[in-house]
Amino acid sequence: MKRGLITAIAAVLSLGAAHAQQTVYMPIVIEVSGNGAVSGTNFRDGALMAIDEINAKGGILGRRINAPVSDTQSNAGVSRAQVQKAIDGDPYVILGPVFSGSVKVNMVLAQQAEIPQMTGAEAAEITQMGNDYIFRTSFGQQMSMPKMAAFVANGLKARSVAFLWVNNDYGKGGRDVFFKEMAARGIKIAADVSTESGQVDFAADVVKMKASNADVMFIYTNEEECARVLRELRKQGVKTPIIGETNVISQKVIELAGDAANGVKGHVGLTADAPIPAVTVFRDKFQKRFKYLPDHNGIKGYTAVYAVKHATEKLGRFDRKALAKLMHGLTITPAQEPGILIETTWDAHGDIDRISFLVEVVGGKQKVVEILPKLGK
Amino acid sequence: MLLWQTSQTINFAQGEFVMLPAFLVLAAMRFGGLDFPAALLVGCLASLLVLGLLFKRLVVDPILRHGVLPLVISTLGLSIFLKEGVKEFYAAEAQGFPGFWPATNFQLGGAVISAQSLVIIAAALAAVALLQWFLGGTRTGRQMQATAQNPQLARVLGIPVERMILYTFLVNAALVALASFLVSPIYLAKFTNGELLGLAAFVAAIVGGYNQVRGAIAGGLLLGVIDNFVAAYWSAQYRAAIPLFLLIAVILWRPQGLLGRAEERTV
Repeated sequence: MKRGLITAIAAVLSLGAAHAQQTVYMPIVIEVSGNGAVSGTNFRDGALMAIDEINAKGGILGRRINAPVSDTQSNAGVSRAQVQKAIDGDPYVILGPVFSGSVKVNMVLAQQAEIPQMTGAEAAEITQMGNDYIFRTSFGQQMSMPKMAAFVANGLKARSVAFLWVNNDYGKGGRDVFFKEMAARGIKIAADVSTESGQVDFAADVVKMKASNADVMFIYTNEEECARVLRELRKQGVKTPIIGETNVISQKVIELAGDAANGVKGHVGLTADAPIPAVTVFRDKFQKRFKYLPDHNGIKGYTAVYAVKHATEKLGRFDRKALAKLMHGLTITPAQEPGILIETTWDAHGDIDRISFLVEVVGGKQKVVEILPKLGK
Repeated sequence: MLLWQTSQTINFAQGEFVMLPAFLVLAAMRFGGLDFPAALLVGCLASLLVLGLLFKRLVVDPILRHGVLPLVISTLGLSIFLKEGVKEFYAAEAQGFPGFWPATNFQLGGAVISAQSLVIIAAALAAVALLQWFLGGTRTGRQMQATAQNPQLARVLGIPVERMILYTFLVNAALVALASFLVSPIYLAKFTNGELLGLAAFVAAIVGGYNQVRGAIAGGLLLGVIDNFVAAYWSAQYRAAIPLFLLIAVILWRPQGLLGRAEERTV
């Protein structure tokens, strides 16, 4: 009787071990709630869609992806605890988070454990801290802000800018890079308006921007705050051109701001409205499954998983150190891996290079007005 | 303030009470398939039921008899429950909320005034005037005031004190629903909105005077004007600190509030 029980327990344990061998653990540590919920849920849903597609076709090298989701609550401290918890499970790769402030405090843990981390963060300094295990899924600010600066100087012919930014790592990073670019071009910063993450009332901030009489107004905050700023700008009858980088022209902001988003222009590294058939197919599949239009973060999550799949298959084995080494300098084309959607290159720091887009919001939709080439071309 | 006056209820979930009605309307539209006006009506009725009747019967009545402190802790718990409930069952993300006004602006002496601002000011003034008329100009309102001033004496005089307290909770629920419908088109509907609104309302009531309706109104106005002037002409970074400095100053030098009345209690 006793021996039978032991045999049964051993059988169950061995079954569990066999099951574990057939999966690859890729936890998603992401902003499901808090101020980063819009970005985080998009990233999560994009990643889950890619994971389901890959698992339906047999997984990566025959192993199904096991990707539990944990919520950072958009809080850097919580994100660090969640990444530590994920590391305790011996993951192959960590997906997320998106908030730069969170990534800055948790990426050290993944680096120490030699676990590649695919992040949606954009703050410039993240890839400048000597971490060989951090990889972006979109442009860093040092890539996107020069494109914005060129647009302000050459496209809009502006001589002064009122800059509204969110006082967190993402906002500060973007502000510093953009101000440097403006100084190099001799363009005046007419107003430097700092705002808080989660701020709801922007009346005074818009008054400040209006009073500066700048040629253009640049909005650089997280999505929900962007929508509130746009509503306030329209409420106060602002006629000055409004521009931004990625967030202010994202799908979620357009949805939340309604008519107030019309006419806003800017640069996006990724957009679900890109005139690229693979991106259109992705957008339609995403919308059908999750009942909302994806923004750039949805594409980040989706392509991050496919990048890991492609690199791992190229390696032919699950080896975290080798994966990180391979990713530096790797270029993945849609012909090699359709899930990557757009040809993408990672440099020696984990920064990304791909084509990008100048867009304008017209009739409540993003309209791509120009495709900018890869910087490396 | 109304609740404190009539039933010594300090409601730390008041901010979440303002957050919730917008989600009740959005839920009626999404799950009930109702159009906006019908959903507003449903949201209003549901607010009266949940934030008025049920709040009193299920939270305040059973706990208040144990003292004010257990009730304070209960309302803190209720605020977390409401916040997490909306996050879990509706959305963690901000949601657009329709406005009842056209997106037009008027020019007035070089200043731009939006129709939205005018509607909000008009609705707030109308609500205050209606409340003042109700409390001072109707029999029920005067009975509610009598209950607030001295419930024992009011009971002796034959005023149905329990019913008056219930009316106060319903009036409070109606006012938070109105605030929710006015503020959500600007702030967007989000489960965390109550944190900021609750704090602002609490500070405004203490600064203006916790035992006077006009004090709370003056406190709110003063706070809003100072907040915006500080952010626009001094420092946006310190805007959140200014109301708290004001609060400390009032507590130190005029604890009854700017327009409040000093109260004495026998111990």
